[in-house]
Amino acid sequence: MTAYNTIAFDPSRCELCNDCDACITACAQVKSGSDDPLYSRIKIVAGFNGNPPELALCRQCGDPECVKSCPSTALTKNPDTGLIDWEKSLCVDCLLCTVGCSYGGITYNATLKHVAKCDLCDGDPACVKACPSGALSYITSAGIFNEQHEREDLFVPGLSACQGCNSEMIMRHSLRKVGPDTVLATPPGCIPGMGSVGFNGTTGTKVPVFHPLLTNTASMLAGLKKQYNRMGRNVTAMALAGDGGAGDVGFQSLSGAAERNDQILFICVDNEGYMNTGMQASGSTSYGSWTTTTPVGSEMKGKRTSQKNLAMIMMNHNCEYVATASTAFVEDYYEKLDKALAASERGFAYLHIYSPCPTGWRFPSSQTIEVCRKGVETNFAPLWEYERGGDLHFTHPIDNPLPVEAYLNLSGKYRHVNAEQLACIQQQVNERVRTLKRYAGQ
Amino acid sequence: MNTTHYLVAGASHAGLEAVHRIRLVDETSPITLVTRDAHAPYSPTILPYVVSGQSAPERVVLRPADYFLQHNVTLISDNELVSIDETGKQVTLKSGDRWQYAKLLLATGADPIIPPIPGLSETPYHVLRTMQHAIDLRDHAGKVKRAVVLGAGLIGMHGAENLRHAGLDVTIVEMCDQVLPGYFDARAAAVIEHAFNANGIRMLMGSRVVRVEPLGDGCRITLENGDSLEADLLLVATGVKPQLDYLKGTSVQVDQGILVDRRMRTDAPHIWAAGDVAQAADFYGEEKVMMGILPDAVTQGAVAAMDMTEDHALKPYIGGVPINTYTFFGQQAISVGQSLADASLEELTRVDEDHGRYLKILLKENRLQGISSINQEMDAGIMWQLILRKVDLTPVKDAFIARPLETGRALMSSTWR
Repeated sequence: MTAYNTIAFDPSRCELCNDCDACITACAQVKSGSDDPLYSRIKIVAGFNGNPPELALCRQCGDPECVKSCPSTALTKNPDTGLIDWEKSLCVDCLLCTVGCSYGGITYNATLKHVAKCDLCDGDPACVKACPSGALSYITSAGIFNEQHEREDLFVPGLSACQGCNSEMIMRHSLRKVGPDTVLATPPGCIPGMGSVGFNGTTGTKVPVFHPLLTNTASMLAGLKKQYNRMGRNVTAMALAGDGGAGDVGFQSLSGAAERNDQILFICVDNEGYMNTGMQASGSTSYGSWTTTTPVGSEMKGKRTSQKNLAMIMMNHNCEYVATASTAFVEDYYEKLDKALAASERGFAYLHIYSPCPTGWRFPSSQTIEVCRKGVETNFAPLWEYERGGDLHFTHPIDNPLPVEAYLNLSGKYRHVNAEQLACIQQQVNERVRTLKRYAGQ
Repeated sequence: MNTTHYLVAGASHAGLEAVHRIRLVDETSPITLVTRDAHAPYSPTILPYVVSGQSAPERVVLRPADYFLQHNVTLISDNELVSIDETGKQVTLKSGDRWQYAKLLLATGADPIIPPIPGLSETPYHVLRTMQHAIDLRDHAGKVKRAVVLGAGLIGMHGAENLRHAGLDVTIVEMCDQVLPGYFDARAAAVIEHAFNANGIRMLMGSRVVRVEPLGDGCRITLENGDSLEADLLLVATGVKPQLDYLKGTSVQVDQGILVDRRMRTDAPHIWAAGDVAQAADFYGEEKVMMGILPDAVTQGAVAAMDMTEDHALKPYIGGVPINTYTFFGQQAISVGQSLADASLEELTRVDEDHGRYLKILLKENRLQGISSINQEMDAGIMWQLILRKVDLTPVKDAFIARPLETGRALMSSTWR
């Protein structure tokens, strides 16, 4: 299967602009030189009963019914671009394609006297450029998936992660990219817990993997790397650790390795707690979160203390490379992974990946990426990087962040949050961004 | 003896969709596709446009030759099934070749019905079901002036309009009082009939032909009321029915077509049927029905293939819903689902005489049963889904009646994420 670039739609952002119709006008203009919405191939329709707006637009389906219902071969799925192409000279205006489409993506234009559909403007969609709220975005990460598809997945199939697990995606993607010349350490946490370190006498990876103690991951990798260097072999010493294994129990060895600038690629998959052992709070658990050790009752309303910002702490070690990342922004992540991998040849590279957990955070398994995205778009989880000796640099600056509720409302662990707590969380988010901006020289 | 795993008879929409679906889950087992046509696969729906010259035969090929090579499909053209040995799991082709199969899909379509009109068999006439028919009709139409079309069903109407576009004087003779019965109600039919009249097509509705005889290079047609017509070209389009002689001696049960269950299985083991040849579940009632529409052939082909490959994603066939998107002389008549109200249905009609627009919504317990329109923007696919999914419109009923297009789009879009 090939992945293709596509237009994504975020109804909650679309709602902010109150029927601005900028996308519709832009489409009508670029396709027909008219402002008349009838010529637009994208249609925003009001949501019913107060729901957010909805979208009638060609989804460029993978197994398109419109193409199958076309008797004239005017419609074809282009295997290179993924577009469903429409060829006017072949069309007989039978409208059978409109029977195939469940989303109003191909419609008859009575003035033009033929059907019309979105062609993604040759990869530069006018509607996306015109959208003032960012509700429409053109997703170009398909290339990454196609490229990664060519590489070998170095984890075995059948790992028993929860449905919708972000960590499994992170580790499979990361190790594919880092490649086979790797020794991997996975301290106790979800990642070995799902079987990656091994089960029934076999390992769960196709590279050497070991299961250090929570406390000594970074120091063991430091020693391994030194021995490989002594042998003259270029091997990546890589850790996939949870936030507990990195920032709480594992912190002294991590801090030491960062201070020594040992040649390690250390990836922290931060799901804000000890999720595999029953969702206990960690130092990374955010203020107000429900966990099994920060319950919600008549007195306690979730976690009383703020999360520590491990990525900033690591930055202050002045090691080779530190960055935050989110799986909702994979292009950003892959750029950082490339840089971190290169930096790990020189010294210590630390990647902090926000990893919302459907099981422990209480959201549907289909919503993982959406929670990731909202984390970034509310500035709860800002994306930045730092290279030794340089300034902090925002890689996906959010100029008009959504209110933090847009992120909190997605997860059950914040369901109880009251107005006072909400104001506190918003203030923490604002302060954190202010601090980061100071480091960025802004 | 040749051997194949999947044998698919018929290379139009149902057969081609089945091949596609089989290859999605079974990349290796041999597929053999037999078609009686010598031409590369095409859609019967395109044929009227070939007649008018709008579509060139070589440009409407549904699958290029290399598709079959790439997907390891053996295509046998200009050949057809003549008999099936269901216990030996073998078929005999017209050429005499015998093929051993593991699973057999019958998607052999339908053939024109030739009405028992005195004199017809001695008179030259056209039918329109194959590419060769269309090419013959096109070539003949290019040389003559007057055409008579028997039948105002889909093929007759499309054929007549395209003969008109090709420049002929055209007369339609139809036994019923309205055009396209079963697809459109009398009001919609009247609009369509009016457009045909206005574009110079003579419509002889409620007329029965009692005799046809050759006259020079053409023919003379005598009607029941004593009138007679002369034509250079006669197109017989009085319906289709499947040709099922090859089933003789099998346990495949037939009525008007091959009777199938909701997995497109026939009564014989290892034999499926789909498309115009099949008589399958009706969405609205208990009786099995002949659908004869393109999107339904695709659906049936998909269901059959998924059952043949034991694809776990198979959802049994929900049942046929009549659908018609009919364009005529630049106007559109669209009908999805039931077109005629009965006592159990709530009927809402909106007429805009000035713009020749018309909309009719049929609801049953606030669920869409049918919607038909003339010259109204309409997403037929969305309406089809609302019917098939039995979407409860109670919370949005007023909005749906006032703005079916936008409300339908919002409803279906909300199912996307």
